[in-house]
Amino acid sequence: MRDWNIQARSRQARLARASSLAKGKEIGAADVAALLEAVLEPGDRVCLEGNNQKQADFLARALADLDPEKIHDLHMVQSVLALPEHIDVFERGVASKLDFSFSGPQAGRLAKLVGAHRIKIGAIHTYLELFGRYFVDLTPRVALVCAQAADRAGNLYTGPNTEDTPVIVEATAFKSGIVIAQVNEIVETLPRVDIPGGWVDFIVQSPKPHFIEPLFTRDPAQISEIQVLMAMMAIKGIYAEYGVDRLNHGIGFDTAAIELILPTYAQSLGLKGKICRHWALNPHPALIPAIEAGFVESVHSFGSELGMEAYIRARPDIFFTGADGSMRSNRAMCQAAGHYACDLFIGSTLQIDLAGNSSTATLGRIAGFGGAPNMGADARGRRHASPAWLKAGREARAGRNLIPRGQKLVVQMVETFREHMQPAFVERLDAWELAETANMDLPPVMIYGEDVSHILTEEGIANLLLCRTDEEREQAIRGVAGYTPVGLGRDKAMVENLRDRGIIRRPEDLGIDKRDATRDLLAARSVKDLVRASGGLYDPPKRFRNW
Amino acid sequence: MEKLIYEFDGGAPVKATQGPAIVGVVGSGNLEVLVEPENLGGRCVVEILTAARGFGDIWKAVLEDFFARHKLADLRISINDVGATPAVVSLRLDQAVESFLGGAS
Repeated sequence: MRDWNIQARSRQARLARASSLAKGKEIGAADVAALLEAVLEPGDRVCLEGNNQKQADFLARALADLDPEKIHDLHMVQSVLALPEHIDVFERGVASKLDFSFSGPQAGRLAKLVGAHRIKIGAIHTYLELFGRYFVDLTPRVALVCAQAADRAGNLYTGPNTEDTPVIVEATAFKSGIVIAQVNEIVETLPRVDIPGGWVDFIVQSPKPHFIEPLFTRDPAQISEIQVLMAMMAIKGIYAEYGVDRLNHGIGFDTAAIELILPTYAQSLGLKGKICRHWALNPHPALIPAIEAGFVESVHSFGSELGMEAYIRARPDIFFTGADGSMRSNRAMCQAAGHYACDLFIGSTLQIDLAGNSSTATLGRIAGFGGAPNMGADARGRRHASPAWLKAGREARAGRNLIPRGQKLVVQMVETFREHMQPAFVERLDAWELAETANMDLPPVMIYGEDVSHILTEEGIANLLLCRTDEEREQAIRGVAGYTPVGLGRDKAMVENLRDRGIIRRPEDLGIDKRDATRDLLAARSVKDLVRASGGLYDPPKRFRNW
Repeated sequence: MEKLIYEFDGGAPVKATQGPAIVGVVGSGNLEVLVEPENLGGRCVVEILTAARGFGDIWKAVLEDFFARHKLADLRISINDVGATPAVVSLRLDQAVESFLGGAS
């Protein structure tokens, strides 16, 4: 007769091997290696909590230091490879296979080890896609997660950076897996329970508080006049045109500039209360002036941001907070919100080709996607209407015999030249060559051209929704590609025709006087200004303090 | 450093409402533009001192477009460039000329 309970019995056997190490659910920091050896088996699928921001760094180090004679060929499934240890586990032979989403900080080392056949990549995912697979064919046997505090029953308090913890623990705990949490402290009573203790098998107090990266802090002092000009175009040429009220921003300086001119430029256009009220966004410090000016009604976040804790606590009408007052973030929920409940995504990229495909892949770096493909894609399953969504859909369908539906606004915002005069517009994406050298099934495209509605550069806005042929689309892109080889290769007559039809719009076509594009428009021109705007509640990390 | 000189014909003489206009400061940004009237026989002369070599074609294209936007004559434009992108160059040129003309854009 078939045994229907193999996973649960495996779990019991693993727990039995670890029983002598634990006092209740508590494990001493010195016993972590022994615990991992007891509960892990070669070939296990392991989720190591590597988020965008908080990191299970103590457990990561312990995993990397295991004896590969005993524990080897682990299959790592994790959102982000941020720490050196995330690569060390492969270099030292503890793990051999990887399914992940983003590897920005470790992209170079990852590419090297893939080239040396030390890491076999299953696939590169978006966050939501990887989380989805945790519940289908990539369910972890063991999850190593990270929280701010635990009580002795194993209840976890994640603090503001809940991020990926709920989805990881849910997938593991309810499929007979084992959940181990590193915490900064073990306390009698938690401020609130983010993960129920019944889902957690072991807790260990790490010798040092876990690492958190302030990933979303942009110093306004570094925003250029070109970025101010582009931000003005975004607000007047897109946000106001479509009535964009629910949105997600990327993390660069381009979009920080938009956030910082809402209380000045957008206010002067009478747009307060008409645009940018609801956000799926990490608590960007650059959003403080717009919040204080009354532009913003709600912000749900993927994760938190260092230094924003007290400010968020003091603005519970805006942010999602627990009964204890601190923020509750959740990457899976916010990704779903960004995909289905937002009318616009705007973000930057490294390369755009003639069809509008956009990629951040460069040779020698396997960086992954993170959440951008879900934010920056038309939600084909969306059914609720909004003015912005309907207008975009009408533009894309005008003159074609199609049933009416809406479309998401997906805006790629780039200066035509990046640093060191690297053109942002190219005939062929580096992604093609990376796919060949790293033996990928497909070139790693972050946002497909078919999903891009507008390309915004310092030269103007190309509305791809209105293009009817591949040739028009190509010339619309060339027509805003500035002095890059792609831009210089434009058909000038056709570009002027596109301009007459409103497919390309220059700043002057939008009634924007370039002389107004100065840093004076920024509601905060320094980190100190942001602190001031927050009434002293924002407490920036040391590296952003220069006073 | 590389020195580039471009000349344009066919513009109309302009009347400045104020003296020479300097826009942009090398110290804080990456480009300095000086616009001054001079009797050049109807030509417009642009002199560029640039830190980045090998971008002559791009400078030429930027300036041709600039001249198409502003049909100027008898004007000397001096540019001191420390690695500005074409976007910054265009913006600064427009700002310099517009402030030189006193807002008649």
